[in-house]
Amino acid sequence: MALLDVRDLRVVFHRRGTEPFPAVDGVTFSVEPGQTIGLVGESGCGKSVTSLAIMGLLPKRGATVTGQVMFEDTDLLKLSDRQLRDRRGRDIGMIFQDPLSSLNPVIPIGLQVTEVLQRHRGLRGKAAKTEAEGLLKSVGIPDPNRRLGEYPHQLSGGMRQRALIAIALACRPRLLIADEPTTALDVTIQAQILALLRQLVEGTGTALIMITHDLGVVAGLCDQVNVLYAGKVVETADRHRLFGEPRHPYTHGLLGSVPRLDSPRGEPLAAISGSVNDNIPWTSGCAFAPRCSNAIDQCVEQTPALEDDGLRLLRCFNPVAPETAASQEVPA
Amino acid sequence: MTALPVSPAPAPSPAGEPLVDVRDLKVHFPIRRGVLIDRIAGYVYAVDGVSLQVRRGETYGLVGESGCGKTTFGRGLLRLVEPTGGSAMFDGTELRSLKGEQLRRMRRRMQMIFQDPLSSLDPRQSIDSILSEGLKAHDLYGSQETAGKKLRETLTAVGLPASALRKYPHEFSGGQRQRIGIARALILQPDLIVADEPVSALDVSVQAQVINLLDDLQVEFGLTYLVIAHDLAVVRHISDRVGVMYLGGLVEEASSDDLYADPLHPYTRALMSAVPVPDPEVEDARQQILLAGDLPSPANPPAGCRFHTRCPWKQETRCDTERPELRELTPGHRVACHWAEDVKAGKIRPHEVSVELVRPSGAGPGDGRVTETVAEVAGTLPPKS
Amino acid sequence: MSTRTRDKIDALAKTSADSGGTSLAVDALKRLSRNPVAITGAVIVTLFLLLAIFAPLIAPKDPYVRYLIDEIRQGTPLGGRPGFPLGTDQEGRDLLSRLIVASRQSLIVGVMATLIGLAVGMVMGTLSGALGGWTDTILMRFTDVLLSIPSLLLAISIAALAAKPGQWTVIVAVSIVSIPIFARLLRGSMLAQRGSDHVLAARALGVKERTIVFRHMLPNSLSPVIVLATLTLATSILEAAALSFLGLGDQDPNRAEWGAMLGEASQRYFDVRPEMALWPGLAIVLVALGFTLLGESLREALDPKNRR
Repeated sequence: MALLDVRDLRVVFHRRGTEPFPAVDGVTFSVEPGQTIGLVGESGCGKSVTSLAIMGLLPKRGATVTGQVMFEDTDLLKLSDRQLRDRRGRDIGMIFQDPLSSLNPVIPIGLQVTEVLQRHRGLRGKAAKTEAEGLLKSVGIPDPNRRLGEYPHQLSGGMRQRALIAIALACRPRLLIADEPTTALDVTIQAQILALLRQLVEGTGTALIMITHDLGVVAGLCDQVNVLYAGKVVETADRHRLFGEPRHPYTHGLLGSVPRLDSPRGEPLAAISGSVNDNIPWTSGCAFAPRCSNAIDQCVEQTPALEDDGLRLLRCFNPVAPETAASQEVPA
Repeated sequence: MTALPVSPAPAPSPAGEPLVDVRDLKVHFPIRRGVLIDRIAGYVYAVDGVSLQVRRGETYGLVGESGCGKTTFGRGLLRLVEPTGGSAMFDGTELRSLKGEQLRRMRRRMQMIFQDPLSSLDPRQSIDSILSEGLKAHDLYGSQETAGKKLRETLTAVGLPASALRKYPHEFSGGQRQRIGIARALILQPDLIVADEPVSALDVSVQAQVINLLDDLQVEFGLTYLVIAHDLAVVRHISDRVGVMYLGGLVEEASSDDLYADPLHPYTRALMSAVPVPDPEVEDARQQILLAGDLPSPANPPAGCRFHTRCPWKQETRCDTERPELRELTPGHRVACHWAEDVKAGKIRPHEVSVELVRPSGAGPGDGRVTETVAEVAGTLPPKS
Repeated sequence: MSTRTRDKIDALAKTSADSGGTSLAVDALKRLSRNPVAITGAVIVTLFLLLAIFAPLIAPKDPYVRYLIDEIRQGTPLGGRPGFPLGTDQEGRDLLSRLIVASRQSLIVGVMATLIGLAVGMVMGTLSGALGGWTDTILMRFTDVLLSIPSLLLAISIAALAAKPGQWTVIVAVSIVSIPIFARLLRGSMLAQRGSDHVLAARALGVKERTIVFRHMLPNSLSPVIVLATLTLATSILEAAALSFLGLGDQDPNRAEWGAMLGEASQRYFDVRPEMALWPGLAIVLVALGFTLLGESLREALDPKNRR
């Protein structure tokens, strides 16, 4: 049974003087214990809003959230603020992109960790401190005893992200949501953090939702990948299938537009035309149609549905042919 | 006077000759302390002795992580920050000796593209006045009609409609803004364009458009690029030669293909193994060299080889006492490592690294030494299929 | 894809290639016009301006004529009566008319003091921000000195220095108080611009330093200054009123001025006619509120963070 089951999640933003804007438009996915799920897409695709909606962190005013977010048997969307606060941290941990602004700058790291331990696990004094030290050590922070007394600005970017992960792990959450956890970090530090997350999922059976724009990060980490575009999932598949044979023109285009370290040089990249601003509303057709090289008349007349062919979920009237899709796989 | 694709250089040196020749460039920023009277408490060694040449018509990629000094190098070369030592020759002219008006005149020939396309465009100026500003500054504006024609031609070259001229920067998407930034540089028909992280602020799908555009423009206008970026895959894709920087110094330089096929410096190896590849097969098979610890502070760089504090191949001798010079190991492939031959031949094996704690405040290496079991796995990327 | 599809996409897409061309100023005005706080402020300020400009036409009676001087006993002002809805002052002049005419005084002093403060402060701020170095140090130490004295105290000292206090001494005193604030603000704003990417871009382009200052740094530094100027109008009116209240204003007994009226009413007639103090006080508060609301909403509208 799935640990988290998100069904038909919809987030509509209302702003004075503008049309209501559906940032997340019927997103459905589920996560099993010990599984890593990727939510991938460019800016404005709704990936971060999805995570905030799951955590109940969207502002009450200005955003309408509908659908279902089942965490085991509870619908998180129906919980009161207090119940939800209790769940956050205890059952679900979250890691953000910018570790500096996610940590309180005037409180030592140690206190920020023990605070969570106290609130959710009732640990106090010496026990809390020992546990906090163990946590920092487990995320690879050297000399944890001394780090406990230090302030966030005294740590480097990579160490801060580790501290943030330690806080998220403090209550041994069963689900971890990581929103672009490595985007602000250098590649060598990114590699350290990704290795840490991988260890964590394998070692403790924590489920992980990885939100990122970086296809490379997803390829090595996620079991299943959801590609989002303009608030809707356009393709979902096992990572080997998704990267090996991307069928949605957007997924295919994304993969073609990233230069790869191991691809031959000198060839122009297969770029997608236009930008994420050039969308049409999903209600009038496929949002990606204006940028799509495969678009046909049907694409602007009907809204494509997310269809399951047993191997993947795909939302497209005219997908990339399997042989073309596969040929993109590692050029010889 | 009307057509844009005119060979711009007044006294062009032949292709392949160095257009930019930098020797031992240093940019040290003083750290000032004190309330009333400034006292210099130390220096940040942002760029500490970098020598490299950029040949006419080629793309030179400068890659490194944040804090390695690559951006400062680019700005120091163009004298947007003042270098504190060394020499920077541009097409036979010593840039460091140019004064005021001479330098301003020279700027026409060496342009820059910035990372953040929104903040590098004046929000109060229309695209028309943003593009004509350079022309006016160098007395190339001429009449309204000829300038208008030039503006429209340049916009077409970067793939924007002429209607963009009336608009303001905030009305464009990120990719379009970067095209405007490129047009602003291009319209002056420069010889050299320094592109500082030209695509890192853009969405993935838009990055490819801009990379392709830069490629096309280079062919069309015979431009020379110095591309500065942190993304090794992007740099490798667009560059002919690549230089890798670490903590203010160049540690390796090679042709793009060589560098990928045969990285010699331990840092380059680690960097390359850390770049994620959007391919699960490659990712599953890869062996990573995980570097322990963080970048030391450039205000207090380690003695000897700057990388020795994190290097899995560090040896007992020389590494922590003697700063390695860049030396040519194979033709066109320079590396700054005492033990490059032995590392290449597999004579010395990587080992665990004891991490020296690093203070971002620049207080120097900490006293606590902890052994971290991080860098036990070695090896380059698995063979490409 | 058929041309029909293309057309349909163009119709549906939000790209609208040929619209646009709105500058930031137009954008800010649009946002202002949707903000109820801004509208409230603007209404108050407009009413005040109209009142001040057309005061002689609006005032029901001549504010300088002692209509009811014969009915005044022991110098006590009269209450409301037919023809004199708010009563008269101690010399039998119509209070309502004097209140209306006094708005002119506030407007003149407020606007002149703000303009002088703005002009001098901007010159100092621009010099400081553009030249840096010794010019900056000297100018800024000077503003530090001015800023270290409480503003009303400074205004009082300057006004008290004048041999013959009058309208102009009030204006000068109030404007000197605002000079360092404008200078500081503009300098800080200019320095922030100096480090910005688009100024660096202009320098890389080879644009002359003078052009960079006047075309890029200065225009982009003005938003907070405009906001401050609006708010300073409010404080200038308040400070001018305070000076008059303390008897450091215009000494001409005929001239109507809210601060002076408030001062007289509260010091001498508060026991007999307390409402006499209410009207000028209310007028001062309302006008200051109007400018403050307008200034605050301007600040919001000009904030780049609020841009789409």
